[in-house]
Amino acid sequence: MEKFKQMTAIAAPMPLINIDTDMIIPKQFLKTIKRSGLGVSAFHEMRYQMDGTENPDFVLNQDAYRNANILVAGDNFGCGSSREHAPWALLDFGVRCVISTSFADIFYNNCFKNGILPVIVTDKELNVLMQDAEKGSNARMVIDLESQLIETSDGKVINFNVDQHRKHCLINGLDDIGLTMEKAASIDMFEKHMATNAPWV
Amino acid sequence: MAPKTLYDKIWDAHVAHQGDDGTCLLYIDRHLVHEVTSPQAFEGLRMSGRKVRAPEKTIAVPDHNVPTTLDRLKGIDNEESRIQVEALDRNAREFGVVYYPVDDIRQGIVHIIGPEQGWTLPGMTIVCGDSHTATHGAFGALAHGIGTSEVEHVLATQTLIQKKSKNMRVEITGKLSEGVTAKDITLAVIGETGTAGGTGYVIEYCGEAIRNLSMEGRMTICNMAIEGGARAGLIAPDEITFNYCEGRPNAPTGKLWNEAVRYWRTLFSDDRAHFDKTITLQGENIAPVVTWGTSPEDVLPITATVPAANDFKGGKVNAAQRSLDYMGLTPGTRLQDVEIDAVFIGSCTNGRIEDLRAAAEIVKGKKVQDGLIAMVVPGSGLVRLQAEEEGLAEIFKQAGFEWRLAGCSMCLGMNPDQLGPQVRCASTSNRNFEGRQGRGSRTHLMSPAMAAAAAVTGKLTDVRELM
Repeated sequence: MEKFKQMTAIAAPMPLINIDTDMIIPKQFLKTIKRSGLGVSAFHEMRYQMDGTENPDFVLNQDAYRNANILVAGDNFGCGSSREHAPWALLDFGVRCVISTSFADIFYNNCFKNGILPVIVTDKELNVLMQDAEKGSNARMVIDLESQLIETSDGKVINFNVDQHRKHCLINGLDDIGLTMEKAASIDMFEKHMATNAPWV
Repeated sequence: MAPKTLYDKIWDAHVAHQGDDGTCLLYIDRHLVHEVTSPQAFEGLRMSGRKVRAPEKTIAVPDHNVPTTLDRLKGIDNEESRIQVEALDRNAREFGVVYYPVDDIRQGIVHIIGPEQGWTLPGMTIVCGDSHTATHGAFGALAHGIGTSEVEHVLATQTLIQKKSKNMRVEITGKLSEGVTAKDITLAVIGETGTAGGTGYVIEYCGEAIRNLSMEGRMTICNMAIEGGARAGLIAPDEITFNYCEGRPNAPTGKLWNEAVRYWRTLFSDDRAHFDKTITLQGENIAPVVTWGTSPEDVLPITATVPAANDFKGGKVNAAQRSLDYMGLTPGTRLQDVEIDAVFIGSCTNGRIEDLRAAAEIVKGKKVQDGLIAMVVPGSGLVRLQAEEEGLAEIFKQAGFEWRLAGCSMCLGMNPDQLGPQVRCASTSNRNFEGRQGRGSRTHLMSPAMAAAAAVTGKLTDVRELM
């Protein structure tokens, strides 16, 4: 997993609430057995018209936002299906940070496993960030995970909370499985305990 | 000892390791696996030379991509779908996990066959790379969806890194009116809480109306806990639960069974246990409902009219307008006047035998309206077999429904069962998102009886008028 410390990047505004993972990556792209190559299909139905050409109204098709690495989105981002293809598609497109007032639980977890930082802010803060994102490509936002702050293009600073274990893994690009395997003795012991106490499991 | 909720009890019984910051390694009793969210996880194991830690607790089945037409054993036409199912075949055999291949009568939707085969039991922790894993909470098991990275983590370690969620209690009091089912309850709850209302919580459903539900109905309730944003839904096990589990192929027997039941009887929320949030709905006040928009929270009684965007507040105004445009609906239209083009009865929400019985009762002796696409897709090969033995299949076929083989089918259309643009569907599935059943298609969620009624009349219908 790629490390995440600090980034200065273009943020794309997506003010819609309840952006679900079917919207982020529709079903026909879930048939892959790889993690890569999904960026071109991210937000497929909003991004492309029926004939396959780009929909000029969609934010990521506008020149200012083609290279956006941050999304500023409406409430309950990533709801619905557990598909990790959603963060894979965002990552492949180049998105490393999503900011919203809330995230669906599974999507939120999935982001951290893929080097994407999901940031939860208040309604008021989201308005400030949405307005900043709407300024286009001349406006760059700073995301600083180590200091847990966002800085808008005009210097407003917004602090955010993040779970310290997840922050540590993201900053150091750590693989969860390796960390858990170091605790194999605890898992062995738990299994022995269960074999005695709940042998029907 | 401090009083505990059901969730607290299951959680405490599964913590294999706790870190200083409260992060836990939660032991996983059952890991269900399907072909869509697992190939990258097995590949990850292979790349790092890891094994599946507990293959006997890992159960795999192909369900999302499989065709449901009767000729499916000839093979899958779509190359990508075929490769994905073949990858699961290969991975299941190479890593030695329990496997129900497509030609096995026990094959079906993963959340239908887990309970059916007795893999799902009270008090367990159950995960699957699929958000509708919440279904298994109906047994008083802590069950939730995970991403593919977590699938790999569970395969390798049989644990999950977790922090505890908050407790929410959803009580449905009293008795349900005629024509009102578990699907109406679960949709009504989401209508009340919104799709983000459950975020950060595990919901325990309780109250007389829940107690009176069969296991099938309880599974429908918990299945859609995820649509309310909750990590999981739970219902405390009782005699109805034990009766369902007893004699299932992988349930304990004899002395072990008695020992298990003794423990399962302790699985309930203690008096005065702390819930962070409580919601109460009166069962008598719940009507048969349908969704009008593109979020499962867009729920209305069938007797209502299509709302206007301005009826809502904040970000929902724009979202509602977008939904109305997508769904092709005009505010003020009576929902019962909305004509449909298709009916889908099936899915992990409503593909069990009781669902098929409820639908068959409505269509018996009647005909599906001319020109409608209408299909019934049983949730498993065994549900299909039972429905044939009970004469339900014949009722559906006589009425003009297609009678299909088991799979996820048109709930999400990863197989060929998809709808075209602007095709309007009365569906017993769980999501009415844009494009869910096919690009541009329009989904109205409802109960099996309501979908059956819509098939007969050709429009959204109050099932009570056909009873």
